[in-house]
Amino acid sequence: MWIATRELKSMTEIGLQHYLTLGAIIFTIGVIGIFLNRKNLIVILMSIELLLLAVNINLVSFSIFLNDLSGQIFTFFILTVAAAEAAIGLAIIVIYYRNSGTIRVENIDSLKG
Amino acid sequence: MENINFVLPEIFISLSIMFLLIVGVFKKNSSSLIYSLSVITLIISLGLIINFPGKEEIYLFNDSYKIDELSILMKIITILSGIFVLVSSYNYTKLEKIFNIEYSILILCSILGMLVMISSYDLIVFYIGLELQSLSLYVLAAFNRNNIKSSEAGLKYFVLSALSSGLLLYGCSLIYGFSGSTNFSLIAENIFSSEYGNVFGLVFILAGLAFKISAVPFHMWAPDVYEGSPTSVTLFFAIVPKVAALTVFIRFLYVPFLSLIDQWQPIIIFLALASMIFGAVAAIGQKNLKRLIAYSSIGHMGYALAGLAVGTNSGIQNSIIYICIYLIMNLGIFCCLFMMKRNNKFYDNLDDLSGLSKNHPIISLSLLILLFSLAGIPPLAGFFAKFYIFISVIEQSMYFLAIVGLVSTVVSAFYYLRVIKIIYFDPPVEQYDQTKYLGLKISLALSTILMLLYFIYPSGLINLVSKINII
Repeated sequence: MWIATRELKSMTEIGLQHYLTLGAIIFTIGVIGIFLNRKNLIVILMSIELLLLAVNINLVSFSIFLNDLSGQIFTFFILTVAAAEAAIGLAIIVIYYRNSGTIRVENIDSLKG
Repeated sequence: MENINFVLPEIFISLSIMFLLIVGVFKKNSSSLIYSLSVITLIISLGLIINFPGKEEIYLFNDSYKIDELSILMKIITILSGIFVLVSSYNYTKLEKIFNIEYSILILCSILGMLVMISSYDLIVFYIGLELQSLSLYVLAAFNRNNIKSSEAGLKYFVLSALSSGLLLYGCSLIYGFSGSTNFSLIAENIFSSEYGNVFGLVFILAGLAFKISAVPFHMWAPDVYEGSPTSVTLFFAIVPKVAALTVFIRFLYVPFLSLIDQWQPIIIFLALASMIFGAVAAIGQKNLKRLIAYSSIGHMGYALAGLAVGTNSGIQNSIIYICIYLIMNLGIFCCLFMMKRNNKFYDNLDDLSGLSKNHPIISLSLLILLFSLAGIPPLAGFFAKFYIFISVIEQSMYFLAIVGLVSTVVSAFYYLRVIKIIYFDPPVEQYDQTKYLGLKISLALSTILMLLYFIYPSGLINLVSKINII
């Protein structure tokens, strides 16, 4: 009985690979969101945020399992930069909307060749 | 505390950025003043770098910042090209109504980011430098905010560059996790190709970096962004970030990833081959001059990468020579674009060059020299740049790379010669305004003369880079 619960525990215990898988899944969702999305630019902004958050999950879990703080420090830097990036991205979307009147991704095609 | 002396140029630029922002807020109509003050800031920081106290390698801030021959030379090149960009595009920014105080301050910000990138010896410092550079570049690309093309260019650059930063960061996180450190030399000690995580991280980082120098298959942003953004910003895009990105490439490949050379060498060779071929073929049908320059810069990055792929010191040195000559040629071409102005409107289509030689013999002659040099025709500097690269590629018996490089040089000569044919043999269009602005004339004359007379004294540049020994 005791052995059975212990085996169950080690099976369900969350290890590094689970965190890495979660990070990889979120990262993939972000990349797919950028490439498959034909509707709205805001969705792309959200996907970019997902990419950076996936990296944060990776870094924090590595940092815990390596017993090394620099991964968590890196995470703080990434959070700060992500905020700045979102601000600039929204500003650029606003000026684009003023000029073209739309933020549908399919309509962004005045530059090509 | 004496460490501070070694980062004096960076500190000086950041303090000047804050000072200039305050001046811009409190003084009305100070764009002109701030523009010239930023040029002076760059000149002073150039002086600070040239007068650098120590000559040996210096590690700062817990080994996260490295100052050596490579970083000093690349910083000098970056700042010099920044100065020339600002000087030659003064008139353009004024006439295109993008002459705000933020313009030159943003350029200073991105140059500061590049300096940090060039010296970085740690993943965190590298990331911060990269983002400081790219965040300012997003805004610069969309700087002409009443123009739909410029805002679209900014939008595209933002989305794709943020994606590439994401890839790069994911690679950084894997490298950190599997080697246990963010410091480059510690990574170099603990990185093994038997760990798949390291190889994955390497591939992600290379993809992100290849995006920054617009190597195929990560080039799709370059033509759109070059065409859409204001020409002065395109000039900045075309020359300055490439220097920093190439330095980062050298640093990453030859310090932390040196023991993975068997893994990254095929990737770099593929990037180089694809960029050379694509740059040569895709530029043929272009009608817009800025777009054509974008494709040609993709091709040129292929040659610079070919020098990095060989894995020897001479390969690295020749890549640096290549990038120097490339940026001088591009500066000259863009100076000619700044001169194509009629009634305060600038022209940048290939048809607008038609018969330029009848009305503007001097501009056409410089364009002739610069285009021949871009095509790599002896005895101009562009020929020597390509020649050095091919020599170091052949020394390592990579004949396939050399042959493809030669063939794509010949193919790309076609479209350069077509531009020359349009300038000299097509019916002339209306005359352009005479340029009175001295800075532009000096920049054009300087770049043309340097390209024309390089063969007299080639050892100057060679001696300069021969001190760089990475491996």
